[in-house]
Order: sequence, then C-alpha cells, then structure tokens
Amino acid sequence: MQLYTYDGTFEGLLTLLFEAYERKVWPTNIEAEQTAQPALFGQTIAVVTDNDKAARVWKGLQQRLSATALKQLYHTYLWEQPGFEMVIYQFIKLAFDSNENIEGNYTAPCVLQVQQAAKQVHREKHRMEAFVRFQQTTDGLYYAHISPDFNVLPLIVSHFTKRYADQRWAVYDSNRQYGIYYDLSTTRFITFDAAPRKGRGELPAHAKTTAEDAYQKLWQVYFDNVNIPERKNPKLHQRHIPKRYWKYLSEKQPRLLQ
Amino acid sequence: MNERVIEKLSILADAAKYDVSCSSSGGKRKNHNKGLGNAEGMGICHSYTEDGRCVSLLKILLTNHCIFDCAYCVTRKSNDIKRAAFTVQEVVDLTINFYRRNYIEGLFLSSGIFSNADYTMERLVRVAKKLRQEHKFNGYIHLKTIPGASEELIKEAGLYADRLSVNIELPSEKSLIALAPEKNYSEILLPMNNIKEQLVQAKEEKKLFKSAKDFAPAGQSTQLIVGASSENDQQILQLSNDLYKNYSLKRVYYSGYVPISTDNRLPIISEPPIIRENRIYQADWLMRFYGFDVKEILDEHNPNLDLDIDPKLSWALRNRHFFPVELNTADYEMILRVPGIGVKSAKKIVSARRFASLNYEHLKQMGVVLKRAKYFITCNHKSLQPYDFDSQRIRNKILFGDGAVRSPLLTQQLDLFRQVG
Ligand code: SF4
Repeated sequence: MQLYTYDGTFEGLLTLLFEAYERKVWPTNIEAEQTAQPALFGQTIAVVTDNDKAARVWKGLQQRLSATALKQLYHTYLWEQPGFEMVIYQFIKLAFDSNENIEGNYTAPCVLQVQQAAKQVHREKHRMEAFVRFQQTTDGLYYAHISPDFNVLPLIVSHFTKRYADQRWAVYDSNRQYGIYYDLSTTRFITFDAAPRKGRGELPAHAKTTAEDAYQKLWQVYFDNVNIPERKNPKLHQRHIPKRYWKYLSEKQPRLLQ
Repeated sequence: MNERVIEKLSILADAAKYDVSCSSSGGKRKNHNKGLGNAEGMGICHSYTEDGRCVSLLKILLTNHCIFDCAYCVTRKSNDIKRAAFTVQEVVDLTINFYRRNYIEGLFLSSGIFSNADYTMERLVRVAKKLRQEHKFNGYIHLKTIPGASEELIKEAGLYADRLSVNIELPSEKSLIALAPEKNYSEILLPMNNIKEQLVQAKEEKKLFKSAKDFAPAGQSTQLIVGASSENDQQILQLSNDLYKNYSLKRVYYSGYVPISTDNRLPIISEPPIIRENRIYQADWLMRFYGFDVKEILDEHNPNLDLDIDPKLSWALRNRHFFPVELNTADYEMILRVPGIGVKSAKKIVSARRFASLNYEHLKQMGVVLKRAKYFITCNHKSLQPYDFDSQRIRNKILFGDGAVRSPLLTQQLDLFRQVG
C-alpha cells in the first residue's frame, strides 16, 4: 500500500505524478490532505505543490496527447468522484510509458474511464449553460444560483462571458461556495463572506426589479402554451430534464399570480 | 405588467407550437460588437415541453390573423378562434428580456398572413433588423418566409436571420390543392430556390471578400406534415431526399398531424401518429449520417416503414447476406450499419482495434448494444449466436426477448425523439 496526499489542486496532482516518477514509488491510493485518513499499512508521502514540477509534467503530456485528451484529463479532475486521482494517475502513467498515442486505446480501463468522466462533466457543463436562469437585481446585476453535481464553474466562464458581454452577471455555486462574476470587462472568481443559502436562490422581493417578476411570469405563460397535450410524454420530458434540475427553472415553479 | 401582452403571448405561442422546428444550431454569429448574445456553435435546449420537445427559441407568430384557409391549420380564416397581433416592439422586448435571463437562444418568428404577403413579411424583417441594429443582438433568429412574399424582402430577411424556412407542409401537390387551395407548389418552391441561390452566392462572395455580407448562415429548413394526407413513407422520404439534394436544405422537419380540425377534407384520427413520425425521423437520420440511400430504406415492395422496429434493423433483416460483420476487420461504413452500433461506438471500435484485438467485453464497454448486435457480428470470428436464425425469428427475439415480455429496448426506441439540428 502506498498512499500519496496532495493539496487538492490540479497542480498538486501533477506534482504528485512528478514525484512518483522521481522516487519510482507508485501510488496505490491518492487522497487530498484535507480528507486523507492515515494509512494503516506502509507510509504516506505528502506532496507539496510545486508549480515548476507540475508544468514539466503538463509539458510532457502536451507532447504526447491531443488538446482534446488534455481537456478530458482536466475534466476528470473537476469530476471529483471518489478515486478520480488514481484514474488520472493511471492515464498519465500509461501515456508516459507508451511509445504511441494512447487516446484511442479503449481496451485500457483508464482510457475509457477518463473518457467517461469527461463526458459526464461535459454534460453537466452543458446542462448548467442550458438551465441556469438569471434574475435581475435592482442594481442591474443578473444573478444565478446553482449547485452542480461536478465542479463546472471554471468550464462555463467562457460561454457566459461571450454571450452576455453587455450585462453584469454572476453565477454562484452554493455547494462549493464560490462564484464567477463579470463586471463588463473581465470575469473573475468570487467568494462571499456570508455564504448564500442553498436551494433555488430566489432573490428576496426587495432585491428584485419589478420587471423580473413580470418576465418570470411571461416565461411561465409561454411554457404553458407551447405544450401539445395530445403528445404528452412525461417520461421523455423527465429524461431530458431530470427532476434535480427543476429547482433552477422558473417554468417549473408554482404559477405566479397576478 | 401589461395584461394584454400576456394574453397575446398565450395566443400567439399556442398558434406557433405546431411548427416543430426549434433548432438553434448551425449559426456562426459571434458576439463581435460587445453586444448581447452569441450564436456560434451548437444550439442549446433551455427547457423541454411536457411532450418532450426541445425549447430553444421563443417561437411565436407575429399575428394569427390570416387571409388563407388551409384545412390543417388552426390559424385558418374560417376557424372561430381568438385573434391577436404583436407590435414589432413587443416582440423585440420579449426576445431581449428572455435572452438576458438565459431562457432562450433566440427568436423563431412566423406569422399568419395579415392583409397581404409582403405587408406581413416586411414586419417580420423589421423585427429582425431592429434586434440586430438597435440592440446589437447576436442571438439566433429564424424567420419563416411568408408564401408569396417578394424576392427583395426574402433577400433582406436573410441579411438579419440565421435561418430561413419555407414550409411545404403537404408532401404532394395533389394534397396541397385539396387542403390549401390558395397555395401551390411552384409558389413554395420558388422562394426555396431563391434562398438556395442566395446562400450559394453569399458563400462565394465570402470566399473572395472577408467583409461580404452573411446570408442566413445556418441555412434553410422546411416542415412536412405526416398523416394529414395520403402519401406513404416512401413518397415522403423521396421528397426529403430531393430537398436535401436539390435545395441543399439543412433540415426537413416532420410533424405528426395533430387533429385540430373537423374539416371533412382531413382524416379522422384520435391522436397524432407519433410512432410513424419517429420512424421517419430515424430514416431521415440514416440518410444524413449513416450513408443510406433512400432506395435502400424503402422501395415499391416496402413503401412504409415498419412501426415495430427501427429502419436500420429493418434494413439489416432484409439484407442478411451482408452479415455477419467481423468487427476486427470490417470497414467503418459497414460497422455503422450493424443494428445496435451507433456512430460513437463505431468510431471507438475502429480506433481501439489498432491497439488490441477486440473481444465482446470490449464491445460492451464501448456501448455496443449486444442484445441487438449479436445477430449481425462476429468478433475474432467468434459469434455469440450459435444458431443461424432466420430474419423473422431474430425480429421476434429482439422485439419480445426470449420470453413473451415486450422488450424494453423497443419502448426506448419509441420515445427516442432526436432533436439535434
Ligand atoms: S397561410 Fe399559413 S397561417 Fe394561414 S391558414 Fe395557411 S398555413 Fe395557416
């Protein structure tokens, strides 16, 4: 048993790879130091993040992998599911140990796993781009509140920055307690001193413009009228919008009365 | 809130819902002016109707007043319904405010014919122009062209719209004459051809000058109603095939006829032909992405699609002599034709077999539906299917499994309704 710990960052994980190669001691388990349990057998190697080492590993990967594969590897990091570090480690090790590009080698479990994790993350990213709903505050900010399954905020920055170049907006991840904020020139990561509540993130009445309620109502009216009752198909409907996403959607909330 | 706008929206969204297209993909419009919106890349479905269709665009009629009387249409002149009309500004405001809240990708604007074709078309164009010029809107705009509108107006529409559509609705001239007496095929095909020529011209100019104007960069589409008239599936798919080839259409949409009218020129049905519509979409898919020729899918002996099984399986069962396919050596094109193997798994197979000889466990991992595929493949010349069943037997096994229970695979097939643009 060989446990490695790191600080939970992507750079930390790459540093870990570097050190494993240097020591020729291969991990059987990798954990973030914040959550690591002391190992029962064998010792623990605690890696200290070193940006130079991380950069060297990344550079090596750039020579061996396509941009798509690098992106998928980063997505696997944002996936955050138990064991993701080992999957990344196995993938990188296979990439360094093989003479040819390993990307299409779906006979290797880690290649398939990276591909599948990346797919899940990509899907959640896409869903957040689709199902995020902004509410306009009295000071003109468009605000949205989300709690995605995976850590996708870094991935949706570019989409919303391109789309809403002429309005101030913010998206806040209430699970991971940080957000992204665009101030009409750049988009930055932000945290709040008092973390906003979880849940739908409906703005309090005094913080909302009157137009906000009006447009939420109009959207409900629209949604209710595009439906063709003769074709009703609740199963298909839920397959497209699983219930856990309904909390974001104003069309899925009780009807606003006049 | 203006009560009147709420009422208009409910009437004019309801009247527009039978146009099934809601795609916002294929656009190339970037947010180039620090304005609002971006329509490059794939479209996004921001919601789904309770019948499972993608909601991507604010899809409304400008007005449901109409001087025509097409039998299959709720908006027809003789129908006794509430009428309403938006102003240009109202449509612009709704679009902008929905877009800012991330409800939509853009606008799909159509209309009944108010007063005359050009009068109506001119207003549709004005909405698009205002959005682009006054509001620096770079979201997606789909405009329906009004039958009989002048070439100049259609040309202008293409300057602001991402997509234009001319709906054929009825799959043959005979049905058109019977059900929409004020319309005729040549009047429908003429603007379609105009748009096609404009598209070609704009593309060539773009090659020469970077600054050349865009013309409907997401191309044109049309819609056919299925089940309101007597055409068989072969006639419908043949027409689509011609439209894709001769008019370079991006998409043909199919809309299962929803019984909305008791007009005696229309068939009496109690519910829309959803399964048939779904099979036609699958066949359309085979023509566009799987390399099938329309004549392979249907012919004189088989003029209609099998409602119980999908058209790819149906083709495979009629063409057993092409099978089994050895997955370690077969061409990509042939692998794609195996029931239970889609585009993604086919690509994975071709890529992975360079590294190792594939076995059935690999295939399962890559997403191949072996329950279906096993009758049509070998892997290292091994088959999972020791008996040489005849086509009828395979069909029954896939449909009903080994017991008598209806296969969940089939149900899955039925509600699979694809929306990719
Ligand atoms: S012209 Fe269009 S809106 Fe008018 S009745 Fe015919 S199909 Fe309906």
